[in-house]
Amino acid sequence: MQAEEKFTYETWPAEPEKATLEAKNKFLGFWFFLGGETVLFATLFATYLALKDKVPSADHALAKDIFEIPLAFAATMLLLTSSLTSVYAMYHMKNFNFKKMQLWLGLTVALGAAFLVLEIYEFYHYVHAFGHTFTSSAFGSAFYTLVGFHGGHVAFGLAWIITLMVRNSKRGLNLYNAPKFYVASLYWHFIDVVWVFIFTVVYLMGMVG
Amino acid sequence: MANQQPSSGNPRVDVAYRRKKSAEEMRYQIVSFTLMIFLTIVAFVAVGYEGFSGWFTVPFILLLAVVQVIFQLYYFMHMSHKGHEAPALFLYSGVVVGAVTILAFTTIIWW
Repeated sequence: MQAEEKFTYETWPAEPEKATLEAKNKFLGFWFFLGGETVLFATLFATYLALKDKVPSADHALAKDIFEIPLAFAATMLLLTSSLTSVYAMYHMKNFNFKKMQLWLGLTVALGAAFLVLEIYEFYHYVHAFGHTFTSSAFGSAFYTLVGFHGGHVAFGLAWIITLMVRNSKRGLNLYNAPKFYVASLYWHFIDVVWVFIFTVVYLMGMVG
Repeated sequence: MANQQPSSGNPRVDVAYRRKKSAEEMRYQIVSFTLMIFLTIVAFVAVGYEGFSGWFTVPFILLLAVVQVIFQLYYFMHMSHKGHEAPALFLYSGVVVGAVTILAFTTIIWW
């Protein structure tokens, strides 16, 4: 099977993300990368847990002062839903429906962008309402590094998916780009996996005290 | 053909089979998503509710997070499918190293 070969719905392979050698390598390599990302985020979580509420004096805001349920809940719902829309996109990719895949990827990008806007507002709010900045305390440094790194991953994921959508907009689906879309969707799900722990460990456990 | 599709030699039968398979998978994914939303809401409610002590809430919401992540990995990221032995090895190796790091960092500040 050639990567550039033209397919129809009938001839499209059942697992296009692993149909060529390059695709198999991408799949394996990407999961290896995700294993590394797991370690990266785990170390940031470890740092956060060790430095949570470590502030230089009593007038600094603590986790239970700054985190609020509505904001964390809204961000969580946006990102969780964007995970489902990217599942839909991959469903249409496997059914060789390029237009619908692009549509659902577009929705994923929109939800991801909304999440990012909310996060930027959140950081702005913490800085201005509580004086909680990257340099104000060890707690601040650990918080912004962990949550900011995740936000950076969201921004990178958005740029990645948009690039794929634009570059392949006239090409349609083939075995050259199907694995690329699949791997990008894996990355997007992984961002959501990390967020599940962020909303639990940082926000919810922060509010518990 | 070096093709990976389940081949009965009749493309129409294959397509019908695959369509059924994808519909089935989609059903699992919708169920996972509903459960994930449900677990999220339970976690937020548990924290918002004043009646529970932190000694109950924290392990409880951590457990909910782990369950939710398992759904995400096995259904949304397809780890329940065949051919995910190496991904599982990579991911769980990362989890082991990560868990040791978290254990070390949280115990070093204990006293």
